[in-house]
Amino acid sequence: MKYTLFLYSDETAFGAMSQEQMQQAQSAYMAYTQALQDAGVFVVTDWLQPTLTGTTMTLRDGKRRVQDGPYATTKEQLGGYYVIDVQNLDAALQWAERCPAVHYGFIEIRPSAMG
Amino acid sequence: MQRSRTPGEVSASALAERTARVSYGRLLALVAARSGDIAGAEDVLADAFHQALEQWPSRGVPENPEGWLLTVARRRQIDVGRSAEHRLRSDAEIDLLQIPADDGHAEALPPSEGFADERMKLLFVCAHPAIDETMRTPLMLQTLLGLDAEVIARAYIIPAATMAQRLVRVKRKIKSAGIPFVIPEPEALTGRIEAVLEAVYGLFAIGWEAAPNSSLSDAHRLDEEALYLAQLLIQLVPQLPEVRGLAALIGFAHSRREARVSADGRYVPIEEQDMTLWDQNLIGWSEWQLLEARKSAVIGRFQLKASIQSVHAARARSGITDWPALALLYTGLMQLAPSVGAGVGRAIAISHVQGPRAGLDCLALIDSTVLAEFQPALAARAYLLGEVGQLSDALVVYDRAIALTSDPVMRAHLLTLRTRVQNQETTRP
Repeated sequence: MKYTLFLYSDETAFGAMSQEQMQQAQSAYMAYTQALQDAGVFVVTDWLQPTLTGTTMTLRDGKRRVQDGPYATTKEQLGGYYVIDVQNLDAALQWAERCPAVHYGFIEIRPSAMG
Repeated sequence: MQRSRTPGEVSASALAERTARVSYGRLLALVAARSGDIAGAEDVLADAFHQALEQWPSRGVPENPEGWLLTVARRRQIDVGRSAEHRLRSDAEIDLLQIPADDGHAEALPPSEGFADERMKLLFVCAHPAIDETMRTPLMLQTLLGLDAEVIARAYIIPAATMAQRLVRVKRKIKSAGIPFVIPEPEALTGRIEAVLEAVYGLFAIGWEAAPNSSLSDAHRLDEEALYLAQLLIQLVPQLPEVRGLAALIGFAHSRREARVSADGRYVPIEEQDMTLWDQNLIGWSEWQLLEARKSAVIGRFQLKASIQSVHAARARSGITDWPALALLYTGLMQLAPSVGAGVGRAIAISHVQGPRAGLDCLALIDSTVLAEFQPALAARAYLLGEVGQLSDALVVYDRAIALTSDPVMRAHLLTLRTRVQNQETTRP
């Protein structure tokens, strides 16, 4: 069963990071991704640019509306995701617990509607 | 094997109903564990019971009613799965499914430990951290006891439609999110057990509070089931003291079930209960569990609550209630796990030790808006006001307590107490 782990955190904290801290964070995520791959549960991942680089659009009555910024302004922002393929929610929770984001943010675990 | 019914033998439909009542949770657990789909399991099981009611009266009751039901439910489950895949089978075809009443064709049931395992799995699903905390006990009431949403809604004093909707939602989440029907691995078990204990306690509390109430006819089964689950949990995690504490608490309470309501249907407070009606075997078992729990020297709220029950049970041996000990235990409980219920218990215990005035002072510590809505607190306050001679105040508070009581037995009890104060007031010079 596929699950997406949505990684939410306060992105301003990333901006305040030193070069060294940033490198540490990156290598923690690389190690995590590697662990997922080694376990054969990794599907895909991405790390996103901050929300200020985001653009939101919708078509209302066939009219294209484009607006600067994220869809929702929240205290924590979506900063990345992992798609993993595991047996059940308990397994997904175990992997979420090992993701570096749990220490400073929140991870939302959503099952795939496509199995 | 067909059996003709002899006079005095239980009728086939009565037996089907009895099997439904006794085995529902076990059967549901077995069917649902395979698919991870509770709602789907409920449907096929309902079909199976329906077929039993149709077939048993004419074709005879199978030797192994549970195995028969499980077989029918599982075949139906396979059919539903197939028709979902291929959409080929018509309903008429499925209805042709004939299950011989002969035992040889019924599925062999797993041994009782197997049953226990499956129910434990269902229990851990209901109390999974991914399930809304407020829905864990209602979900257990429905899945383990087969209560319908309306009965559960009544216990929670919310509209039936709301409860039904929430139950549907939570079952959908279990299926879609892939919550597994497993007993957690030992390393995860300790982290998961607290929610399970909480939910089992909820099951017990609802059954216990509703017990004298005729409207919740299943009330006895609730605390019986809670006791059974607590016993299973002891087997699963014997090293955790709070598990034994909870089992002891439920055991003590359950031991007095026959004494709580008199033969003529009146509510009997614990101090006035006929102790010969107390189940001494169960009390002994509960004492032993509490003793085992205390060996760990790690106190917890269920152990404290069980200790309170143990003090009450000791009256059967000593003839007196040790109120100072109760006051102490309630004070400890208020420190460890404060609740309005514990606050009221403490006030009553203190009133027995230091007099009604001190009891009233204790009740005054409870938030007044909470107190105004909590029937046991009002009942205690009304009683103590009567004891200190503030009779007209007592009558007002009794009226409020009675207005909040829907249970006819408890209502009648409060009315009797109120009449006593009323008589005192009219005869007062």
